[in-house]
Amino acid sequence: MPTTTYTMRDRFLDVTARLLDEDPRLALVLADISAAGFAPAAERHPDRVINVGIREQLLIGAAGGLALTGLRPIAHTFASFLIERPFEQVKLDLVHQGVGAVLVSAAGSYDWPAGGRTHMAPGDVALLDTLPDWTVHVPGHPDEAETLLRHAVADGDRNVYLRLSAHRNALARPVVPGRFLTVREGRRGVVLAVGPMLDGVLQATEGMDVTVLYAAGVRPFDAAGLRAATGAAAAEVVIVEPYLAGTSDREAHEALAAVPHRVLGLGVPRAEHRHYGSIDEHLAAYGLDARSLRERITLFLP
Amino acid sequence: MTATKTISPQHRPHLHQGYGFEDLPALMALMTGAEKHGPAATSTLDVLWVLYDRVLDVGPATFGRQDRDRFLLSKGHGPMAYYAVLAAKGFLSPAVLSSFGAYDSPLGHHPDRLLVPGAEIGSGSLGHGLPLAVGTALGLRAQGLTDPAVWVLLGDAEFDEGSNHEAVAFAGASGLDRLHVVVIDNSSATHGWRGGIAARFEAEGWSTATVDGRDHEALHAAFTAAHPGRPHAVVARVEPKES
Repeated sequence: MPTTTYTMRDRFLDVTARLLDEDPRLALVLADISAAGFAPAAERHPDRVINVGIREQLLIGAAGGLALTGLRPIAHTFASFLIERPFEQVKLDLVHQGVGAVLVSAAGSYDWPAGGRTHMAPGDVALLDTLPDWTVHVPGHPDEAETLLRHAVADGDRNVYLRLSAHRNALARPVVPGRFLTVREGRRGVVLAVGPMLDGVLQATEGMDVTVLYAAGVRPFDAAGLRAATGAAAAEVVIVEPYLAGTSDREAHEALAAVPHRVLGLGVPRAEHRHYGSIDEHLAAYGLDARSLRERITLFLP
Repeated sequence: MTATKTISPQHRPHLHQGYGFEDLPALMALMTGAEKHGPAATSTLDVLWVLYDRVLDVGPATFGRQDRDRFLLSKGHGPMAYYAVLAAKGFLSPAVLSSFGAYDSPLGHHPDRLLVPGAEIGSGSLGHGLPLAVGTALGLRAQGLTDPAVWVLLGDAEFDEGSNHEAVAFAGASGLDRLHVVVIDNSSATHGWRGGIAARFEAEGWSTATVDGRDHEALHAAFTAAHPGRPHAVVARVEPKES
């Protein structure tokens, strides 16, 4: 996968290698992806950096077994192979056993459009929504990825999904796990931008009288933060997510159940998009570039 | 590196329980109801008894110890023999056996580790125990605990699941010598395994033994055979499922 800038995944490699030096309880399980980047760490910690080869069911099963012995495992590969391929292992070897792990993905929904459908996983967060008590972080910048990774590793034995993408915002924001951040204030409605969608949303809503909330994490969903942003009477909410459109609509409806409200969920469409090309071309095709977002948000708001 | 261990008397739970192998049928008879896995249950009885009675260094008093041996029942179907052995060894009260499958019972038709005292994993869906056991062996090794043995029990049809083959190849390649598998072979796999199940483990560098799954002395010898530097698989052959 071509990368020209320093990515969240690069930061994940650097920080995890340091955390392995500092925390004897931490273990890392790989399925060949990123194994070369972790080679020095594996040399220093041969018993705690484990590459199982291209075996994703074993990746999650072994993470479950490591957690059963009291270690804090991180399992890492592309999202398609981390969440979708071994989904029953995620459900049974972690959740059902009552143990936790930190699952760190790369490639996301459209990071490598030239790679085609086999390397796209826009359904990952929706799939995890079928399971109880997951924390889902969606950073929009390498600095945020580091903050959220460190938080995830230290977050007791919780199950945490850290979704890393090559798509990123220009600036890091002062993110607090579990809390939405108010980036801009307005009166006509609230636009919630998730992770790497923030820059596009800010550009799209330039000059519009709307509040822009930023979410570097969507589970648990900051219902109180959304309610506070929508104000008293009726609520108009647009959610812009870098994975399946509508993934967080249910959370927004629950948060706003006591007030009249409308929700527009924007994100990656369900239909397969059989084109290659670049991230920007795919965002435009999905209606997620700044110009399309402005049109869709303007049409929705009263 | 050694496969045989002497279990000190205080770690042998049966010494103060007073149940023997001959008591297991009566304990199993306490579990009634609509459970459909009867033949699957008795196929594991002898293996479970020999392991818990003579091989595993774990008991109700030592279950919380980090350096205990681990037994993972991957073949969660037909757990009556398992529950009976756990009761005989004092993990469970025999009084709960009759609640088998009831709403408030800890004993489901597949075991749940959060409900069953002494159960290391919850199982039922096939193909999860061996990968979990691989992770458990890795986790113990990473913590410098090189003595505890990790055992996992599979059925021969369960061995069909691809996840097991991921684990068999990895464990062999990495020389996970504290990992032990026992496969109950009652010829229930639809297509079988040409050359026998042990051949698959051998090809991946495991130590193996194939024995009569009803012969306690043969099982004990196979379970305690030395296998330096390699994981160990015991195929315990019992009468075919349909017989």
